[in-house]
Amino acid sequence: MASKLQKRKSSSGQKTSKRGKNRPTLTVGEEEEPTNMESLGHPEIYPVVLTTKTQEIFNCRIDEDITDEQPYKLIKKEDILADFQNRAAVSDFYPVKKVIQEYPGDEILLVYDKDFKYGLNFYLVGTEEGKENYLNAPEIPEEQEEYKEHIPEEICIYKAPISKPWVSLGSEKEIEEESVKESTKKITYMISRKRHQFGAPIKFSDQNASSVKDAYIECTAYPDKNFTLRQLEKDIGMQVVPEVKDISTQTRWTYPKNAITQYHPREFSEEEKETLGQAKSLTDFLNNVSISVEIALQQNEIMNTFIDDWKCLAEEEGTFGDKTDTHLKEYQSFTDLHNLTEKMITCVSWHPVIYGLIAVSVAVRLSFEDRVHFSGKLLLQPSLILFWSFSDPIHPQLMLESPDDIFCFKFCPSDPNIIAGGCINGQIVMWDITAHADRIENIKTGGSRSKKVTLKPMFLLEPDSNKEAMYIRHCAVSSIENGHKHVITDIHWLPDTFEINRMGTVFENRSGICCQLVTCSADCTICFWDIRPQKALTPQPTEKKKEESIEIPFDVPSTFLHLDLAWKPLSKIRLSKGETSLDHCPTKISLSEDHLQYKAQDKMLAQSKAAKVGDMNPYQNLEGGLANHLKPREDFCTKFFVGTEEGEVIYTDWKMERDSETGRLMTKKPVSLYTVHDGAVHTVQRSPFYKDIILTIGGWNVAIWKEGVMTGPLLQTSCAPKRYTSGHWSLTRPGVFYIGREDGYIDIWDLLEKTHEPALSQNICITMITCIKPWTFSAKQQFIAVADYYGTLHILEIPWTLSHPSANEVLSMNYYFEREVKHLEYVDQRKKIREQEKKEMQLEMEKKKAGIHLKRRPS
Amino acid sequence: MAEVEETLKRIQTHKGVIGTMVVNAEGIPIRTTLDNSTTVQYAGLLHQLTMKARSTVRDIDPQNDLTFLRIRSKKHEIMVAPDKEYLLIVIQNPCE
Repeated sequence: MASKLQKRKSSSGQKTSKRGKNRPTLTVGEEEEPTNMESLGHPEIYPVVLTTKTQEIFNCRIDEDITDEQPYKLIKKEDILADFQNRAAVSDFYPVKKVIQEYPGDEILLVYDKDFKYGLNFYLVGTEEGKENYLNAPEIPEEQEEYKEHIPEEICIYKAPISKPWVSLGSEKEIEEESVKESTKKITYMISRKRHQFGAPIKFSDQNASSVKDAYIECTAYPDKNFTLRQLEKDIGMQVVPEVKDISTQTRWTYPKNAITQYHPREFSEEEKETLGQAKSLTDFLNNVSISVEIALQQNEIMNTFIDDWKCLAEEEGTFGDKTDTHLKEYQSFTDLHNLTEKMITCVSWHPVIYGLIAVSVAVRLSFEDRVHFSGKLLLQPSLILFWSFSDPIHPQLMLESPDDIFCFKFCPSDPNIIAGGCINGQIVMWDITAHADRIENIKTGGSRSKKVTLKPMFLLEPDSNKEAMYIRHCAVSSIENGHKHVITDIHWLPDTFEINRMGTVFENRSGICCQLVTCSADCTICFWDIRPQKALTPQPTEKKKEESIEIPFDVPSTFLHLDLAWKPLSKIRLSKGETSLDHCPTKISLSEDHLQYKAQDKMLAQSKAAKVGDMNPYQNLEGGLANHLKPREDFCTKFFVGTEEGEVIYTDWKMERDSETGRLMTKKPVSLYTVHDGAVHTVQRSPFYKDIILTIGGWNVAIWKEGVMTGPLLQTSCAPKRYTSGHWSLTRPGVFYIGREDGYIDIWDLLEKTHEPALSQNICITMITCIKPWTFSAKQQFIAVADYYGTLHILEIPWTLSHPSANEVLSMNYYFEREVKHLEYVDQRKKIREQEKKEMQLEMEKKKAGIHLKRRPS
Repeated sequence: MAEVEETLKRIQTHKGVIGTMVVNAEGIPIRTTLDNSTTVQYAGLLHQLTMKARSTVRDIDPQNDLTFLRIRSKKHEIMVAPDKEYLLIVIQNPCE
């Protein structure tokens, strides 16, 4: 400590020197301010240098008086002042003289600066405070030292905080206010239940709140007057705005359900109707209303106000207006080039089903004597029915062989594969072409045939080159002894709606197919045939037949094997004129329900039959039909028309009657007989539109008859310049028919246009026309097949005007026929009137004569 | 009673008349010359049509009323005479 004191003192001396350095005018000798350690932050410290002499004076010798333990010394101020007086400027304390003089206290601290901290070896503390600080606060110099060193080298020792008692500052009040406390005491309930009741099924029941008392407590609202305020003034702003609403709905899609409703109309019962009918109101109503209704009805009767005159006008123009489009156009012609002999076509028939297929029967053009003469030669040549197709004009598709020339043939309406033909020798020939049906159905045009269809001269043609066409043998022929003895002139299939027995009585058809034929021949008989196997009455003849029977070639179908050569007619009708004169020789017959082969009808028939039977062809199993029971048909008209070779038209009955005397079956006498034609009647045909209008053509004129009118024909034309050789009704126009002449012309008659002469005459070929057959394929295509004497078959197309009927044609024709009937009646009546008149006239004449006589007598 | 029948017969024998029927205000037939199903069908349909026609006429002019209704079709003409309580329906084929 002492050293410190010394140091202090020295420092003060040093301070002065330093101070003197700071000031520009500084001299060592002068009284200047002592330098202090102000720059170091200790303004009370004045560094001084103390020599050894001074040290000895003041007893602050280093390491003797001032040690490390006491680095300071307190020196009396008087001593220092005395020193000043002794040594004056040489005194080491001279620099700090002023400080010492001003020093308030008595002892001044002098500190030994061992480390020369303040620059000199001693420093002086100039203030009492400093002295006190140095003495009392030993840390202070340490702090100073630390401060000087700039580097704290001491480690902070962690002192755990000592808990002190909490001093309240008033915050707890706020906390208390903010905290949430339960204001009320919680009520605890203990609810107990028996354990087994837990989980028991709960049963809910309804209870009406009003029924049980106190079941509910209501808190009804009531208007409290305290809270009602009546607003007396209001400030509102308004604006008009269009209201727009956006609404969307969605239907719920449930699964579709089928729902059915059924209802029946409300109706009155009979009694109610009666009572209502008697009500007066109804009577009054009808009286009022019937007047206007009758006026309306009469208006309609007078005139049809809604007729479109323009339309009606156009239709009437559709008849034979212009002649340019009314001619029959040549479509195709077929001639058989292979056969050498001159042949004529005797009969033509269109295939009922297949388009473009036509069958012709050819016969040699020889008179009876020539036939007999050349019979040997004729046997070698086969008599044929040729099938022609539109697609191939040179080669016939099929050739049906027959034992002799066929003069008439017909396709079976139920099955177009069965063909029945009448031979010149009186036999009926049957063919069955079912086996070859596919051949004719799928006729290819050209195809395998060579494209060079050149007509080779006839002598180069070999019969074998025609490999494609096949000769089909007939499957059955009728019995020669029992059948006709002369040429069969006409053959018809009986329709499948009825069948007849040996007596001629009509029954319902058992088989559902056409199974009976009727033929007429030049031996004055009409025969009915049945193609079903009859039970043989005597076994012997069949055995005989079996022995004599010729072996049938293997490719012939056995459909009609039972008939072959053993076929007898069901019944025979002899057209006898009486015992004396010759019998009638029928040429054509027309039955009441004849199948004029309409295309549509046949197709429907064929289809329906095919559907019925399925695989089985009914013609293969003809016996099956016989098993059914015969059902008689009443009210069936068994009368039919027959045209004869002498030009007569006979209306007769096929029912046989028992002669009362002899007990034999006799044919009835004909109902009516007319001789109108000058030559053989070759066409007796019913109109396709009217069941009772018949056309007969023969010789040089034409007659139209109505069944039931006995007085005569409705129409009888005048003699034509040329003989008529064939004819046919038009299939689509009721007033049109075609007539073929012997000079190769076709006369087309239209009864609505002209009844005295044909409407159109057209040349077809050079020779006599033997057969005419029109056929409709579609509404637009109608053909007419014309066969001539030289064996050529011409196919012509019928123009629109001839094929398309006008609107009222059927009605008009009906009117026409009715008028004709009335005309006939009138004529009849006139006859009677005339007779009466004649009688009257005669009477008058006689009277006159008598009167003259009387007058003559004088008396 | 006989008068009713006689009137109806007179109307029926006009030329071209196919059928006649009397229907009450609800569309239930009282008298008819046609078969039941046809009658019921005609009655129901024409009754509705007459009501519609009448309402049309009266909507346009409330003082007007329907007196007669004629429907002409391709095949025939249907005439309806309405009244307060009944309808008379006649079907005629005008053209021959």
